[in-house]
Amino acid sequence: MADLRNNFVGVRSPNPFWLASAPPTDKAYNVNRAFEAGWGGVVWKTLGLDPHVVNVSSRYGAVQWNGQRIAGLNNIELITDRPLQVNLDEIRQVKRDWPDRAMVVSLMVPCDEQSWKTILPMVEDTGCDAVELNFGCPHGMSERGMGSAVGQVPEYVEQVARWVKLHSRLPCIVKLTPNITDIRHSARAAFRGGADAVSLINTINSIVSVDLDLMAPTPTVDGKGTHGGYCGPAVKPIALNMVAEIARDSETPNLPISAIGGIGTWRDAAEFMALGAGNVQVCTAAMHYGFRIVDDMIAGLANWMDQKGYRTLEDFRGRAVPNVTDWKFLNLKYDIKALIDQDKCIKCGLCHIACEDTAHQAIRKEKDGKRHFEVDNAECVGCNLCMHVCPVDSCISMVRVDEGGYANWTTHENNPARVKEPA
Amino acid sequence: MPRKDFADIAAARLPAATLAQNFDDVAPPLDRQSALIAAQRCYYCYDAPCIQACPTGIDIPSFIRRITTDNLRGAAQDILGANILGGMCARVCPTEILCEGSCVRNTAESQPVQIGALQRYATDWVFDTDAALFERAAATGRRIAVVGAGPAGLSCAHALARAGHDVTLFDAKPRPGGLNEYGIAEYKVLEFAAREIEWLLGIGGIAWQGGQALGENLHLSDLRRDYDAVFLGLGLAGVNALGVEGEQLAGVRNAVDFIADLRQCDDLSQLPVGRRVVVIGGGNTAIDAAVQSKKLGAESVTLVYRRGSASMSATWAEQEFAKTQGVNVIEWAAPRRILGRDGAVTSMEFEYTQLDESGRLLGTGDLLTLPADSVLKAIGQVLLPPRADGDAGALLEISKGRIVVNAEFETSLRGVWAGGDCVGGKVDLTVQAVEDGKRAARAIHARLVGNGNGGN
Repeated sequence: MADLRNNFVGVRSPNPFWLASAPPTDKAYNVNRAFEAGWGGVVWKTLGLDPHVVNVSSRYGAVQWNGQRIAGLNNIELITDRPLQVNLDEIRQVKRDWPDRAMVVSLMVPCDEQSWKTILPMVEDTGCDAVELNFGCPHGMSERGMGSAVGQVPEYVEQVARWVKLHSRLPCIVKLTPNITDIRHSARAAFRGGADAVSLINTINSIVSVDLDLMAPTPTVDGKGTHGGYCGPAVKPIALNMVAEIARDSETPNLPISAIGGIGTWRDAAEFMALGAGNVQVCTAAMHYGFRIVDDMIAGLANWMDQKGYRTLEDFRGRAVPNVTDWKFLNLKYDIKALIDQDKCIKCGLCHIACEDTAHQAIRKEKDGKRHFEVDNAECVGCNLCMHVCPVDSCISMVRVDEGGYANWTTHENNPARVKEPA
Repeated sequence: MPRKDFADIAAARLPAATLAQNFDDVAPPLDRQSALIAAQRCYYCYDAPCIQACPTGIDIPSFIRRITTDNLRGAAQDILGANILGGMCARVCPTEILCEGSCVRNTAESQPVQIGALQRYATDWVFDTDAALFERAAATGRRIAVVGAGPAGLSCAHALARAGHDVTLFDAKPRPGGLNEYGIAEYKVLEFAAREIEWLLGIGGIAWQGGQALGENLHLSDLRRDYDAVFLGLGLAGVNALGVEGEQLAGVRNAVDFIADLRQCDDLSQLPVGRRVVVIGGGNTAIDAAVQSKKLGAESVTLVYRRGSASMSATWAEQEFAKTQGVNVIEWAAPRRILGRDGAVTSMEFEYTQLDESGRLLGTGDLLTLPADSVLKAIGQVLLPPRADGDAGALLEISKGRIVVNAEFETSLRGVWAGGDCVGGKVDLTVQAVEDGKRAARAIHARLVGNGNGGN
């Protein structure tokens, strides 16, 4: 039976599923319910210095796609709007009641050493396991010089990480904002500053929709809207890439990563961990369906690990990292062609029209005067588009047709900067 | 209610509330939420099989996609632009053998997209909001007589009016609609037929003349003289007779008359129905008459068909529906005679049938007698050819009981077009009649305007 126990920078939890710092971890009531449901840990919703912030009414906007609710969610809620001491007291009590669960406290204070020096001992005194520095929130707090306003400047990230390590013995996780051009610079800064780990991604700056009657962005607060932080299933691919980029960056070797971004199932979690994440944090999926989803995440991951013969999380963590490479190293001799399984084909024609209009005119729509869809191998470049638009599971497969061998762009004759031997 | 030994035909067999419930919309409309879920199942096929299967060629994937974007006007334009009676067809089309029957979703899941229900959702919007989707072109000054205000005539009249012609729409009945108004089960078209026609006529340029029966107070030769073109959408106004002993007994009627009475009845609790009803036939009229008899409170309703269910013109879905409504179906039994007492029917005798080796239907000699208070005949309708008036009737070529038309729906009489059930050819369905009317209108317009010399 798979062992899901997780040790992330010395913080132990019974499974790798933590709730991210967000409304679900706002107070003891929610966190107790989360732990009852089986979550391995929480990152308590971001604390700040008193006087506490205030929040507005109407806080979430959502993207619905093809009938699916919350393909993406955005929020304009700020950090905790409760007094600091109330939060600290609750954190202390919850940690005492649930000693086997990870209790990480998210922090966001002004970008000066004194502010950090003030809050860190108070947090440490609760008995929590680690702190996470919220350098990510792209809305509201950034206008006050906090959140992503810090996270977007690598020098600030490094400086604050250093202050935190100086003034606290707690493991320090730096939460990165994706609202930058190259995530590696932020991760390297955290690494240089002595952070024990990074977590990513925080939310992506966004406007989810425009209300065409109000002529205002949503969520709309009395006729006005503002940009908010985007999360949920739609952001997962962005998060996967950023995690992979850090995992394979030689300048941040073995930097632990707590992955965040659109994770809602055990499979999502396994994918992030295959790309090197030590554990995962979840928010939107829990906000959509409640804490009970962790049940399948635990059982599903364990069953998959058993099936694959992975005993511990470390057995598969990072296994996909070596297979993330640069485009220039991809094998140009590899060749695949689409193959339509005629027994499964329902003759919707979507493969044909996608290929005909937007790809390589490689799928014929007729045979002997009848509706029949077949790939013309001479035209097919193996792009996979037809496979993705086909609504039938496993109807279109991509079949390898090359005769082996390896050659990449670095030596290709069309490459002006080619070299003699493949890099 | 006291039972009689025979001739037990009475009204108010059920409480008014039960009747109201029984005749409520058989397929209630989708609300927005359900419509979106249903619409999202559409794969938006390329060159979709459902379009090919629709006699009027509605671009079904397009209108469904428009539903998903809340572009209901656009969806309705897609539908009604191809089929002006798209609202009615959404209710009465045998979609299981047309669009839905060809949906690619059947292949893997045996569950097509609910095209009919979605079409109703999009078109209901039009009638609910009284949206005007079409405008008349500039007046052409041409006058066209459309005879028969059923689906073919309405479709033709609307298309011609839209093209700028002035149309006079004649029908023998007091109200327009043809079978939509008089011949289809109430629960399928609840309070809809008249509403749809009111909207359709709203385009203007169509003058309604009810109570005008061709060959009686309306004459083809006059129409040809007074109008630039004539369209005949006469339907099949006659009814086949059983030709068996006892057909004249009280309690034996044509199913179409029973349905027409029901459709025109304001108070169903006043409508008499037999306690034991026998329906003869295997088409939609038979099904509609049988189901409605049951819904009116008949104790037993038996539908008898002389062949097997596969030969019935009612689709399998219609047959299944009848059975779920409590109609007993007996196959392979042909009418032999109707028995009576004191001038009223008491029972009906059938002979079981089978096919011989060459596929001919033969009686087996075994008999079946069903007690009956009411016998409803639904063994097919026939064309009542317009009576010869002068030379016109004689020249209107008729073959195999239908008016002969060319590919442009023009009859043997120049300047006289025809379409719908009275020409037959494909399937006797509302949707086919609409298509015929639409195509004939196109041909008429081309003749009157397209070549510049007009008329005949």
